[in-house]
Amino acid sequence: MNSEPRPAVRISGLVKRYGDKTAVDGLDLEIPAGAVTAVLGPNGAGKTTTIETCEGYRRPDGGTVRVLGLDPVADAARLRPRIGVMLQSGGIYSGARADEMLRHMAKLHAHPLDVDALTERLGLGSCGRTAYRRLSGGQQQRLALAMAVVGRPELVFLDEPTAGLDPQARRSTWDLVRELRADGVSVVLTTHFMDEAEELADEVAVIDAGRIVAHGSPEALCRGGAENTLRFTGRPGLDLGSLLKALPDGTEAAELSTGAYRITGAIDPQLLATVTSWCAQHGVMPSGISVERHTLEDVFLELTGKELRA
Amino acid sequence: MSAGTYTPRPGAAPLPRMIAAQTALETRMLLRNGEQLLLTVVIPTLLLVLFSSVDIVDTGAGEPVDFLTPGVLALAVMSTAFTGQAIATGFERRYGVLKRLGASPLPRWALMTAKTLSVLVTEVLQVLLLTVIAFALGWSPHGNPLAVLLLLVLGTAAFSGLGLLMAGTLKAEATLAAANLVFLLLLVGGGVIVPLEKFPDAVQSVLGLLPIAALSDGLRDVLQHGAGMPWGDLGILAVWTVLGLGAAARFFRWE
Repeated sequence: MNSEPRPAVRISGLVKRYGDKTAVDGLDLEIPAGAVTAVLGPNGAGKTTTIETCEGYRRPDGGTVRVLGLDPVADAARLRPRIGVMLQSGGIYSGARADEMLRHMAKLHAHPLDVDALTERLGLGSCGRTAYRRLSGGQQQRLALAMAVVGRPELVFLDEPTAGLDPQARRSTWDLVRELRADGVSVVLTTHFMDEAEELADEVAVIDAGRIVAHGSPEALCRGGAENTLRFTGRPGLDLGSLLKALPDGTEAAELSTGAYRITGAIDPQLLATVTSWCAQHGVMPSGISVERHTLEDVFLELTGKELRA
Repeated sequence: MSAGTYTPRPGAAPLPRMIAAQTALETRMLLRNGEQLLLTVVIPTLLLVLFSSVDIVDTGAGEPVDFLTPGVLALAVMSTAFTGQAIATGFERRYGVLKRLGASPLPRWALMTAKTLSVLVTEVLQVLLLTVIAFALGWSPHGNPLAVLLLLVLGTAAFSGLGLLMAGTLKAEATLAAANLVFLLLLVGGGVIVPLEKFPDAVQSVLGLLPIAALSDGLRDVLQHGAGMPWGDLGILAVWTVLGLGAAARFFRWE
């Protein structure tokens, strides 16, 4: 066994144009196996194009894409049984019933999941006899999700799997994604929900204007670059110069109002411990200690700008 | 569901099983759709019963049912292989069904095979129904069953090619409108219930080249007049088949 398992997806220098519009512009991305990777980006950033290139729907205009070590276009016949796909919308006969469509998808695979159990698991038991076009948006989403996993794939691509779901259904989808990961399935999902990415993803890749602008664990992304804030109150007029000497370079400290202190910089457990032990040495009882971490949303907006996209 | 439920165990089902499942699904979708049944079952049946029993259209010498049955059988083939298939496939394309199946283990050629089989299954049901009704109305068919089968198969191939060409290139709504319009025009001008002889000579020779005219004329030659192989009509259908399937293969867009 290699200590470094083969990545689920390896994209290098991917270019995809539609007419004279460049949707993906030299994108490099390595997606680890056995993990959940969230692909974030504003509308039109190239997320869906990138995912659909991995699924074999789009032929790259430049660069290479390897999914489970295979070329999604040239090796499509070998790759397709090994991946599960949930499109952003549609994909199901409007007259088909939920259980009928799921059973059909199961029949296309050699060792499918138990359809009844999966139907129950996703709360689709009650809509077995209802035609797809009459299902609620949430039920349609969950059926598409069930179809993506029923063939017991190694890797699933979920394009906005929780768009339009109510909070209960979102959580149920999150649980399913966690169960997939626990059982060794690699998951790639796109989302507009930052809490979803923070909650679920082992890795986050942010795409903007057809390129990766950030990639790493949600924690690393929130730490990296972005400044965090530590606040506490204590005796007025503390010698902040002495405190700063104990802290890493680049950290700043200020007394905002009498006895209210703010420290900004890369706030990590070590820094917090240093501040409290400095307080102990100086006989200061800090109270109201709070750490304000940047959320993924802050980082996302910092990276991709705040203006609205088409 | 317990731990290990989702442990990967990927694999495609055997091809015959996939094709059988897809054929069954496509056929169920078709038989469940009210508009499709109107086209494929209700209209041909009504035309056969109505025009056989009420003398509205002059069908020439002989029993009206002997003239009408071959035409209605040709119409049945057109309604399923062309109109029905074009509309259904157009909307499957629009709703991403073709796209989604494209990411499943089912190869595209197997999907098209299943669609063809589903059309054939539907046609067998149509022919059975219409034949029973025709016999009840006093139909007395002649000729070589093999020639009839050959005409029906080649007619199906020609109409499928044209239907898929339309479904794979136009918007779903445009396909819906155009397929119905073509159905109506060919119903009137294709020798189905109105003999081509009713049209002026110049128009006749053009209409005679239409696939529906070739199919109904060929079926009538055999079933009504007991002719041998209608090579001329088979030839016209073969040309349409090559043109239709060739263009569909070239221009069909999956999404």
